[in-house]
Amino acid sequence: MARIRIEDLQKIKERVRSSRNLREGKYRVKVVVHMGTCGIASGAREVMDTLLELVEKGGHDDILLTSSGCAGLCSREPMATVELKDQPPVKYVDLDKDKIREIFESHVIGGALVEKHALAYGSELTG
Amino acid sequence: MEKKHRVQLLFCAGTSCVSSGSLDVKAAMEEEIEKQGLGDEVEVLTTGCNGFCAVGPLVIAHPDGIFYQELKVEDVPRFVEEYLREGRPLEEHVYQPPEEELPVPKLMDIGFFKNQMLVALRNRGLIDPEAIDEYIGRDGYQAAAKALTEMTPEQIIVEVKRSGLRGRGGAGFPTGLKWQFCSSYEDEPKYILCNGDEGDPGAFMDRSILEADPHAVIEGMIIGARAIPSHHGYIYVRAEYPLAIKRLSIALEQAREYGLLGTDILGTGFDFDIEIYQGAGAFVCGESTALMRSIEGKRGFPRPTPPRSVQKGLWGKPTVLNNVETLANIPQIILRGGDWYNQMGTETSKGTKVFALSGCVNNIGLIEVPMGVSLRQIVFDIGGGIKGKNRTLKAVQVGGPSGGCIPESLMDTPVDYESINKTGAIMGSGGMVVMDDRTCMVDVAKFFLEFTAEESCGKCTPCREGNTRLLQILTDITEGRGKDGDIELLEELAHYIIDSSLCGLGQSSPNPVLTTIKYFRHEYEAHIYDKTCPAKKCIALLKFEVNPEKCKMCGLCAKACESGAIEWKKKEVARINKEKCTRCRLCIISCPHRAID
Repeated sequence: MARIRIEDLQKIKERVRSSRNLREGKYRVKVVVHMGTCGIASGAREVMDTLLELVEKGGHDDILLTSSGCAGLCSREPMATVELKDQPPVKYVDLDKDKIREIFESHVIGGALVEKHALAYGSELTG
Repeated sequence: MEKKHRVQLLFCAGTSCVSSGSLDVKAAMEEEIEKQGLGDEVEVLTTGCNGFCAVGPLVIAHPDGIFYQELKVEDVPRFVEEYLREGRPLEEHVYQPPEEELPVPKLMDIGFFKNQMLVALRNRGLIDPEAIDEYIGRDGYQAAAKALTEMTPEQIIVEVKRSGLRGRGGAGFPTGLKWQFCSSYEDEPKYILCNGDEGDPGAFMDRSILEADPHAVIEGMIIGARAIPSHHGYIYVRAEYPLAIKRLSIALEQAREYGLLGTDILGTGFDFDIEIYQGAGAFVCGESTALMRSIEGKRGFPRPTPPRSVQKGLWGKPTVLNNVETLANIPQIILRGGDWYNQMGTETSKGTKVFALSGCVNNIGLIEVPMGVSLRQIVFDIGGGIKGKNRTLKAVQVGGPSGGCIPESLMDTPVDYESINKTGAIMGSGGMVVMDDRTCMVDVAKFFLEFTAEESCGKCTPCREGNTRLLQILTDITEGRGKDGDIELLEELAHYIIDSSLCGLGQSSPNPVLTTIKYFRHEYEAHIYDKTCPAKKCIALLKFEVNPEKCKMCGLCAKACESGAIEWKKKEVARINKEKCTRCRLCIISCPHRAID
């Protein structure tokens, strides 16, 4: 990384938007594991490790697997968000390694939402 | 040679859009573009029908690929100014494809999410906190760029003052005013500090922000540094927050590599850098003057003020200390203007506040709400109500060890600095613990006094000895040794502590005692005169006997007991064998009929 100039901020922003945007980027699906202290304390690392293993074993290069901070609802941790191309993101709650495996096979690979583990779909409104 | 245009606007000239006025809008657009001198940059074209006739007139903007709908002649000047000049899409006209129906609820239909307003937490769960590009992708560092190139330090201060932002650490001092005071002193160097020494039991706002969006805090500090001006900042984080420290360290490193920290930031000639200082976890180090002594490498002791820290702070130099949440709000205020921020909230408390909602509610978590919502809305609409069948709300503890317990009868109190103060509690940094009918308020007061007595730094006598004495009296009351006059003694002593303690922590430490006496005096009286604990919490006052009139013979207590001390047969009242009983309260907790005394 090199020092950036002001005009680079906009370029980075556009680059991030297009590479993270499933419509334009090379990824078909994005999976976010919410890994704040609250999430990790209730088992998010196990969820992440399971996903890493599944992605690696299957050689899926069209899955963007990433982590982020607490999604707010700490009492339903571990949480993960699955976003398929052209579909709103779906939030899964109360996860463990078996549930995430099921979600991976059904939703991430097969495209079928796993209703019993899902909390809701869509994004939060930001001010 | 063909001219290269920066933007292409494609007007739909299908029959439907024409009949809803697309050609008039196009003509107005061309006129406005010429008038504003953008003729060389923007090309206006027409296309055939796009198929979304219901929301015409339609315009597609390239290269952004934005689909504008229902654009009218009167929207044109704003369109040219906002979008073509400034690059800000007109959100209300951007076409959103209808969401596919999914077999689960929509996030924004769920009370927990629907009733929140995210400003300080706007990136939560959305970005990878260890990737600076993702923060930049959400408009990150645009505000710092604006503050460094387009604004003078005075203008930054004016904007923050206009926003009405007040310190989110709890005291609520106006942030812009604090910056202005500090900037008025000539002495150099000046320092800007971030207080991440979150010490209240039940509070995790700062930790969560630092873990989820560290760059927002760093950007807020850069803007503050420019305003004061300062070239050196510290973030004081307690060592118990290893993940926050790790992510903050990565964020600082990435910001330095990009030249967003260090010398000549973004080529503007402004120098500023930040160090992390790890606190060892003493509660008093969250107090401003003690925090500064701690950074100086000395024991964390508060000092009398004035002189205030803005005049003589860290190493005797002018210093601004802002809370994590305060700083996380700053970039949005600079980017969107103080007037945008002050539209949210109440007359005296603008914007939003982050709370760590915990205790006896269904939804535990981190919430951000506009100032002015009621405690009832927080507990029921966001928190999802009290957890457990037959349980009722008793009180909400706000403000940690410096705060107080607000009873159910005052749940319509709006959340703002003044209204919360009126109840005897304080806004504090944002810890909010919900208590149900099984909570003993004397025990709660004792819990907080145990904390304060343990954490008192010992420098001044009223806090060191006074709180210890308060705790002794409370302990006596909960253990059946309470006597007539104790309540009055607690009140008298509390007022001495408030009046004569050196720092804010001592001055507020009796608040949990005073508010519980104010609203739950009958519980103190029951402990002292009847030697009973109405909430059945204080073990010394419990008999561990089954009341045969209330017992429904269900046997739940016998199942719950881990010591085999409860004798029960179907259709018989349970009996507790006191020789085996360990007084653990499991039977009392398990009994839905409150039949065990």
